[in-house]
Amino acid sequence: MREVAIIGAGMTKFGRSDLSLIEIMSEAAIRALEDAALGDQKVDSVYVANMGAARLNRQTAIASALVDQLNLFPAMAEAVENGPASGASAFKNGFQAIASGMADVVLVTGGERMREVNNLEATDFVASMSHPQAEYIYGVTLPALAGMFTRLYMDRYGVTAKHLALVAIKNHANALKNPYAHIHQAITIEGILTAPEAVVNNPYIADPLRLYDCCPVSDGAAALVLTTREIAEKLGKPIVKVGGIGQATDTHAVHERPDPTELTAVKIAAQKAFQMAGIGPQDIDVAELHDAFTILEIAESEEAGFFPKGEGHNALEQGVTSLGGKLPINPSGGLKAKGHPVGATGVAQLVELTWQLRGAAGDRQVEGAKNAFACNFGGFGNNVVTTVLMREE
Amino acid sequence: MSNVDELEALLRPPAMEMPPYPPKVITLASGEQMVVRQIDRDEVPTLLKAIAPLIWVERDFYDVVAARLFGELLAYKRYRVRDEYCLVGLIDGVLAGIVNGRAVNGDVGMSYHTITIRRGLRVGSHMFAAKMEYHMEYLNQKEVLIVAESPIGFRRWMIEYPLQKKYEVQHELGGVPSWTLTRDTYFKAKPRLVSGRRPVPPELLERAKTITLPGEETVKAQVLGEKGEGA
Repeated sequence: MREVAIIGAGMTKFGRSDLSLIEIMSEAAIRALEDAALGDQKVDSVYVANMGAARLNRQTAIASALVDQLNLFPAMAEAVENGPASGASAFKNGFQAIASGMADVVLVTGGERMREVNNLEATDFVASMSHPQAEYIYGVTLPALAGMFTRLYMDRYGVTAKHLALVAIKNHANALKNPYAHIHQAITIEGILTAPEAVVNNPYIADPLRLYDCCPVSDGAAALVLTTREIAEKLGKPIVKVGGIGQATDTHAVHERPDPTELTAVKIAAQKAFQMAGIGPQDIDVAELHDAFTILEIAESEEAGFFPKGEGHNALEQGVTSLGGKLPINPSGGLKAKGHPVGATGVAQLVELTWQLRGAAGDRQVEGAKNAFACNFGGFGNNVVTTVLMREE
Repeated sequence: MSNVDELEALLRPPAMEMPPYPPKVITLASGEQMVVRQIDRDEVPTLLKAIAPLIWVERDFYDVVAARLFGELLAYKRYRVRDEYCLVGLIDGVLAGIVNGRAVNGDVGMSYHTITIRRGLRVGSHMFAAKMEYHMEYLNQKEVLIVAESPIGFRRWMIEYPLQKKYEVQHELGGVPSWTLTRDTYFKAKPRLVSGRRPVPPELLERAKTITLPGEETVKAQVLGEKGEGA
């Protein structure tokens, strides 16, 4: 298997865009291609991550459309749909194409234009990934699933509303340092939790989750250029190596799991990625976790092996996961504040980590970061892709 | 009295005695303190400067709201609308939001507009709630007639309170079928939607005496979602 390196990274500002989906994705892809500075080297294959173009934007065959927009003929191209884990899934496909020798240069682009529809439609669209007979028909939405999960987690492990708020406050603060983030708004514990007005500022969405426990609905795109280690060296690019990728699945309906607070797919996917990379969670310097809801950052930090089960919230409270802490989590602002255009998210996590490993993350740089970890969480944990990236001197 | 004064008196609508809206302070999600207070006619020109650039912003129907609000406040300043009032939200004296409305009679209020300058902190929600508080708790009216001109407004007022249809009454804003907030609905919604503390500490009130306008580019960037867009 050939070694694979990331040589180009780019993204759009997340938020609300007036551009079409293909234009948004093109913008990110052009930035990544410019960053890669391929010269005579051509893109052999294009993988496009997206979840909702057919429904939200009434467009299909978007990989072909992107190749056409970018004039990348005759590159191979296909779209990858794996719910909110589409981004990391597309990245995995790109990795496999290069590792196997099928392609030498791959462009991976993830994008979503969710704000073309209203919030009710967007919520229903996301809910369509739940189990159609066991969950969806009863009105279950993703916030509802996350609310039930959070309640169980609180009861069992002592997580409180304050811990959830601390995740949001940390990630909003990080996003202020990220020009690509959707939300540039500092928030305080007083404003979202303890002041009498907090009930209006931060209303309940799905008890115990409140507004600031949930990610926004975003438009945006992110892109990466992958190649072999040899080509990367020839191009004189800093080597950000794909150390490991892991993926695992779990039951579609959350209630069918023996213990719904166990995110088994996260645990298995992380173990696989670490095994492939030949390192462990203790070696990770920075992580991007899928905090579509604040509780997920805490739970994933435990399942990935960074903290013992039930202790993630303590590490958060002690500042371990803040910028400047021992293991900064979501320096980009995470899905919570950077935004969550679902198809783009997995790619955007890896764009952020590439910048971190290059030392190019600006004010949110994690000093000396060498090894990075990403968790891209599909469904409600029924399909999870994790990635380990490593900087080589 | 000159003929001009006599004519002016004929042009002006009669005025009802309206109690003042006592200022209050609200802690926002950012931890910032927003003072909500009533303005008088002399302050209208300052507000018009903030509203004017938004007349050309199509996003979220800012253009319609800004154009109508401009006219309503100008009419208030020049005594061409009956029993109107206007409340502003100020963060460190900087304008964050404006609401206005009027009393149709002692029992019925007519909600006009809510415009948010500082987005992403539920300023619009707080300001609309202050407006309803004025109608229900200070004017002691039985109902307020309301319409929304944007989907955001519809979610904030019609769905969140929730309002009831009163389609048989055309609203003053374009003859759109009205919705109504009754006293019963208001007091049920009050614990989760109406907030703020009184009295306002003197130092905060002092800072809120003069309205400072954010720069035009800042205003446009905020309303276009380039800064602090809502979560």
